[in-house]
Amino acid sequence: MNRLMHRVRHAAPVASRIAAALFGGYGLAALGSIAPLALPVSKPQAVLAGMLASFVIYAGAVIWVFAASSARRAWAGLLVAAVPLLLAALPIWLQAGIS
Amino acid sequence: MKPGNSIRRDATPGLRQSMSSLHTWVALLLGWVLYAMFLTGTVSYFREEISQWMRPELAPQVHAPDLALAAQRVADELKTMVPDSPQWSLMLPDARSNSVYAFWRTKRGPGGRFEDGRFDPATGKAIDARDTLGGDFFYRFHFQFYYLPIVWGRLLAGLAAMFMLVAIISGIITHKKIFIDFFTFRWGKGQRSWLDAHNALSVFGLPFHLMITYTGLVTLMALYMPWGQQLAIHTPTERQQLRAELSAFLQPDKATGQAHALASIEDMVRQAQARWGSGNIATVTVTNPNDAASRVSISRGEEGRVSMSPQYLLFEGSSGKLLETHDHVGPAAETRGVLYALHLGRFSDTATRWLYFLVSLAGTAMVGTGLVLWTVKRRQKLPDPDRPYFGLRLVEKLNIASIAGLSIAMAAFLWGNRLLPVGLPDRASSEIQVFFVVWATALVHAMLRPSKAAWVEQLWTATALLALLPVLNALTTSRPLWHSLANGDWVFAGMDLTCWALAALHAVLAVRTARHTRRVRPAVAKSESRRAAADPAPGEA
Repeated sequence: MNRLMHRVRHAAPVASRIAAALFGGYGLAALGSIAPLALPVSKPQAVLAGMLASFVIYAGAVIWVFAASSARRAWAGLLVAAVPLLLAALPIWLQAGIS
Repeated sequence: MKPGNSIRRDATPGLRQSMSSLHTWVALLLGWVLYAMFLTGTVSYFREEISQWMRPELAPQVHAPDLALAAQRVADELKTMVPDSPQWSLMLPDARSNSVYAFWRTKRGPGGRFEDGRFDPATGKAIDARDTLGGDFFYRFHFQFYYLPIVWGRLLAGLAAMFMLVAIISGIITHKKIFIDFFTFRWGKGQRSWLDAHNALSVFGLPFHLMITYTGLVTLMALYMPWGQQLAIHTPTERQQLRAELSAFLQPDKATGQAHALASIEDMVRQAQARWGSGNIATVTVTNPNDAASRVSISRGEEGRVSMSPQYLLFEGSSGKLLETHDHVGPAAETRGVLYALHLGRFSDTATRWLYFLVSLAGTAMVGTGLVLWTVKRRQKLPDPDRPYFGLRLVEKLNIASIAGLSIAMAAFLWGNRLLPVGLPDRASSEIQVFFVVWATALVHAMLRPSKAAWVEQLWTATALLALLPVLNALTTSRPLWHSLANGDWVFAGMDLTCWALAALHAVLAVRTARHTRRVRPAVAKSESRRAAADPAPGEA
């Protein structure tokens, strides 16, 4: 039992990082794909630029998650990076919700 | 696997250590999928040539056909063949293919589905050749696999590509001495040799591997990252604007219901030829072909440009009047077009195409050596290397089947093409079943045999199948090697000679594997031996 607890405690941060990488990373990339819509360019160009950039963001996020010194810092870093993207994406989001 | 070993919580590992663990596990998890994607993608650079080889009845193309006439002939044929089709497209032949590929929607509305076929550019009739998917099988398998639903297959391919991207970046960070590593090769030193081979292959093609992985994601990016499009693109006009940035494909508008014959496709193609060059036309798409509202788009080929961005002329189908000229796309769309073109390499001349093939083969070998390295490294740390734990055995068996077994299955696919009776119903699917049955058999064989014996036997089997393929071709077609060499039939001669080159490669691997004896390493790195001593048993898998 103790051994099991030990293993769980040992595995939890890694599981957390894997979730951060897979899902947190994708979320950040998805935000990054929306954010260019705030730029003053035509919609098709903004949409395509967002798609192109998203994979770089995703890969960078995964690397960050496993490079960070703890799982908590990994998540925190993702959230910090999400803030500016969210600020850019939010108006578009709201607009789309209204229209 | 006990991940705690790889990424420790308490003792903060260095960046290189955590990147090394990330590299190892990410690459292992989808390594087999990536290997299969890499190898089928590699041979897909010769997709058209493989297709020609698999339809030996079709005469080799001596000179490229007149595209305008070919398009008109196939258009006439489709008019009688599928009169109710609201939309059809032709992919015109180039120097590498000797048939016109067409696909069409069978009818308007919910009952309509897509069908396709290949047509003879000289007559416009459906080609008279054995039923086969040809090189398109490898090409499609490369990004959507086979038995999976298409969308799920493509999502899996995307996930694998994303893993690959992460594996490449973390692999680079892991290597502090990337340049020195490249010039280091320690032959016959077990794990060291595998590591050096893996490094050399990876570094040699590094720009290519990065490019091909990222551009692979770009080819299907609208599926993987649809969110911007969903938020911003709503109206039909916006959808059409976006589509025109990506392809020359037209969606059918509403038909008027007023019948009207289609004007001359030949004349429209001639106008496009005058603009882009006589051999440089890629596709012809027609919507509502027999209606007053018909539209025709004719797109530019990729000769002389590294871009898949659509450049096309839009005609009114009933009169043949030029309505619009699309000769550029926006900067983001052009970026996407260039990246897409880099991935497919369709712009390549023969030399560039071979370069693509070879570097991509190095990429395949990079994935393969990485998979083998995983097992070699762990096996020699075992207290008794002859009795590995379950996880290691599993990885070893999967390695054998997905590396050596895939070579066998791909060669067997080509054997099936020559041996299955020409009149067999549903023949194209039978060829594919041969591929999967043989592959599954290889997996069973790997499970039943000791690993080393399984490697050697499967590598020799692949060698034999590849080496004898030109013989089989000589026996079953009228285009044996001496004939194709004498007549300058480079598609057939190239296939035969490449099969022999690949057979030689497999033979070398088989001999080396057979000769290999595992040595007891005299100097195990200290940290490793200490760790092995402290944690001997259930270990990392």
